[in-house]
Amino acid sequence: MTAGHPKSPRARRGRFAAVRRELSKAPLSAWFAMIVIAIYAFCAIFAPLIAPHGEAEIVGKGYMPGGWHADFLLGTDQIGRDIFSRLIYGARNTIGVALVATIISFFIGIAVGVLAALNRGWFDQVMSRIADALLAMPALIFALMLLAIFGKGMLNLIVILALLDATRVFRLSRAAAMNVVVMDFVEAARLRGEGTGWIVFKEIIPNILAPLVTEFGLRFCFVFLTISALSFLGVGIQPPTADWGSMVAENKSLITYGNLTPLYAAGAIVLLTVAVNFLVDWLLYRTSGLRDEQ
Amino acid sequence: MSSNPRKGAERSRIKGRTLLEIRDLKIEGESNDVWHPIVKGIDLTLRSGEVLGLVGESGAGKSTLGLAAMGYVRPGCRFVSGSVAFDGLDLLKTSEAARRAIMGSRIAYVAQSAAASFNPAQKIIDQTVETAVDHGIMSRSDAEADARNLFRMLHLPQPDSIGERYPHQVSGGQLQRAMTAMAMSCRPELIVFDEPTTALDVTTQVEVLAAMRDIVERFNTAAIYITHDLAVVAQMAHRIMVLRHGLVVEEAPTREILTAPKQAYTRSLWAVRKLRKAEEPGGDVLLRMRGVSAAYGTVPVLDDVSIDLPRGRTLSVVGESGSGKSTLARVITGLLAPSKGEVLFEGKPLSRALAGRDRETLRKIQMIYQSADTALNPRQRIGEIIGRPLELYLGITGKARDRRVVELLEMIELDERYVDRLPGELSGGQKQRISIARALAADPTLIICDEVTSALDQIVQEEILTLLMRLQRETEVSYLFITHDIATVRAISDHVVVMCQGRVVQQGLKSEVLSPPHPAYTELLLSSVPEMDPDWLTRLLDREKKTSRPG
Repeated sequence: MTAGHPKSPRARRGRFAAVRRELSKAPLSAWFAMIVIAIYAFCAIFAPLIAPHGEAEIVGKGYMPGGWHADFLLGTDQIGRDIFSRLIYGARNTIGVALVATIISFFIGIAVGVLAALNRGWFDQVMSRIADALLAMPALIFALMLLAIFGKGMLNLIVILALLDATRVFRLSRAAAMNVVVMDFVEAARLRGEGTGWIVFKEIIPNILAPLVTEFGLRFCFVFLTISALSFLGVGIQPPTADWGSMVAENKSLITYGNLTPLYAAGAIVLLTVAVNFLVDWLLYRTSGLRDEQ
Repeated sequence: MSSNPRKGAERSRIKGRTLLEIRDLKIEGESNDVWHPIVKGIDLTLRSGEVLGLVGESGAGKSTLGLAAMGYVRPGCRFVSGSVAFDGLDLLKTSEAARRAIMGSRIAYVAQSAAASFNPAQKIIDQTVETAVDHGIMSRSDAEADARNLFRMLHLPQPDSIGERYPHQVSGGQLQRAMTAMAMSCRPELIVFDEPTTALDVTTQVEVLAAMRDIVERFNTAAIYITHDLAVVAQMAHRIMVLRHGLVVEEAPTREILTAPKQAYTRSLWAVRKLRKAEEPGGDVLLRMRGVSAAYGTVPVLDDVSIDLPRGRTLSVVGESGSGKSTLARVITGLLAPSKGEVLFEGKPLSRALAGRDRETLRKIQMIYQSADTALNPRQRIGEIIGRPLELYLGITGKARDRRVVELLEMIELDERYVDRLPGELSGGQKQRISIARALAADPTLIICDEVTSALDQIVQEEILTLLMRLQRETEVSYLFITHDIATVRAISDHVVVMCQGRVVQQGLKSEVLSPPHPAYTELLLSSVPEMDPDWLTRLLDREKKTSRPG
């Protein structure tokens, strides 16, 4: 008689209200971050609609000055492409590659990390030592080396960055899962005869999600900066595809003439990094606050 | 005042002088942006040299009041009104600096968990003398000499060298006494003890209680002793104050309140220890262990253990921590393979490892843990927690599952409103009920209860034990009840097994084990259980003195 109408609507409204309440308490920096990230996301998704010119389209002479009344808002680059349009397309490429690489690294890192924490023994040993070995080399130099071996290209770039970053995600998820694995409710699930899948997805991952979500923000920043650095060095995203790192590199000589062109792309990188960090800071503060309440 | 915190210290030590005066104190706490009252107007007067016991269930406001006596509230709480006058100085109105000068030197605090309160990276002696040296009361070398002296008074082993150890290198009882020494290092006029022995074994508890009482008397220190254990507070306090929902229920001298409590609530607190189950021997054996030995790596934990549990009955396993009680449970559930011997369940040998047991065997043996906080997944809703065994073992899904979950909730005296809640939204007792419902959902024949009531306060303990007994009558389930609390054993068991260092010392029907003659270890265990008699500790210590120094 009573179970016919489960009370999930009430619970869902409760969660919605909780999110709204959290947002109303969010500090200015978090709001700033959310707005900036929303603008970037909008540019990345709707790039072809917003950009006045094509990504690789040569629309004028080289190094034309920009301005509100000029044909090109931010001027043109060395071969006459519209810098403003390329900035917008750059959002799509750079953020897209970074996002895909980070997501793949989290899939691999969490899966291997949680399984290692759950099973310990040889699997944990082998995986941890592999991670140690990969972590021992500076990420950027290691990535440069691997790109030199396997060749440049979008796919290679994503796979290499994802694998390198997965080692860091592995360490974190393994450490976090280790604290959960020893809990009585995991033992209770084992005693109940639950399979590994249930224990991983229903018992462990929901309990380590908070640190992982914050880590996702941070790792995204690092991957994003690494891609920009690699592109600056010429082994990242390849021309004519627009990318902020290579845009800085292509126009870097202009800085000696007091021209701000290379700083536009650099500014775009800085702004996004700062915004993501602000957001992550706030999320970290919130999750640690929740832990205190318990 | 602040320049010399010791000024006036001698004056206030004269017995009978009012030391602490709390008037109409109100404290609020915040949760989810709403302020709600925790302490709702309490008056309290404490004279120097007097020990006041604060008793009540968890959530009664005992600890909040204890901290307020030092002019302190936890983060997320605030003083609303009232005054806390310590030796004539209102701690709520005085400056932070003046208050800090008094804290530690004239008022000290002993927390429940010494293990969590010591800095693990510093030696015990460094932490013991810190306050006295910081407040400029003693020089470092004087303070160290004094600390060693206090260690001796508190009967710590090797008092001259124990301070050189780190907190993890001494036992919990020793650490609790070291913390008392730390509190005593400035010879404070007031000590607040917040459940200092709750986390200890009965035998250790006796030692710590005796040491604390002795030192408080010797220095004529006033004390506030917070606990939910009446028998313990009866040994310590001159006066007892019973709190409930942030208000004083009753206050009277210890003897008076023990023999003639005036309020119904006080009487209900007293009644907990009177719970008794009439023992029944029982017929066919459900679980039989034959010569079981087990070890963690090379460390032997169980040695040749043989026990029988009759169907539909309760077998209690008692012993101090480290006696192998919990390991016994791990062997039965299959988490630890025995090195020798076998376990028979319903006449058939159980597979030694968990992986070798079929789902039907797993279903029949369920387990309830000591701490419901860690035994329930904090991210799963109650409906999911209780519903899972139904799906897994009995294949009940959808609406039928929801109906059964509500039935189970009603069996444990909760209702359908709890289906959508998370464990974090429930009280300790309710969480333990959910654990029980999860075990019941599997329709088991044996439930292993590992210290299921030791984390709860007395009234809730009684409710849980009564519930377990009712469920046993209704479902014929058998319990293997692991506990260190003799009162619980008296309340619930048919059969009792006493364990010490991995061996069975004594076993039999409850009436046989709990009545003399006892083997020496059972005797020690039974005599260590505090009784509701203010003279119990004194008598016990006298008796021990006589036996240790004959003639």
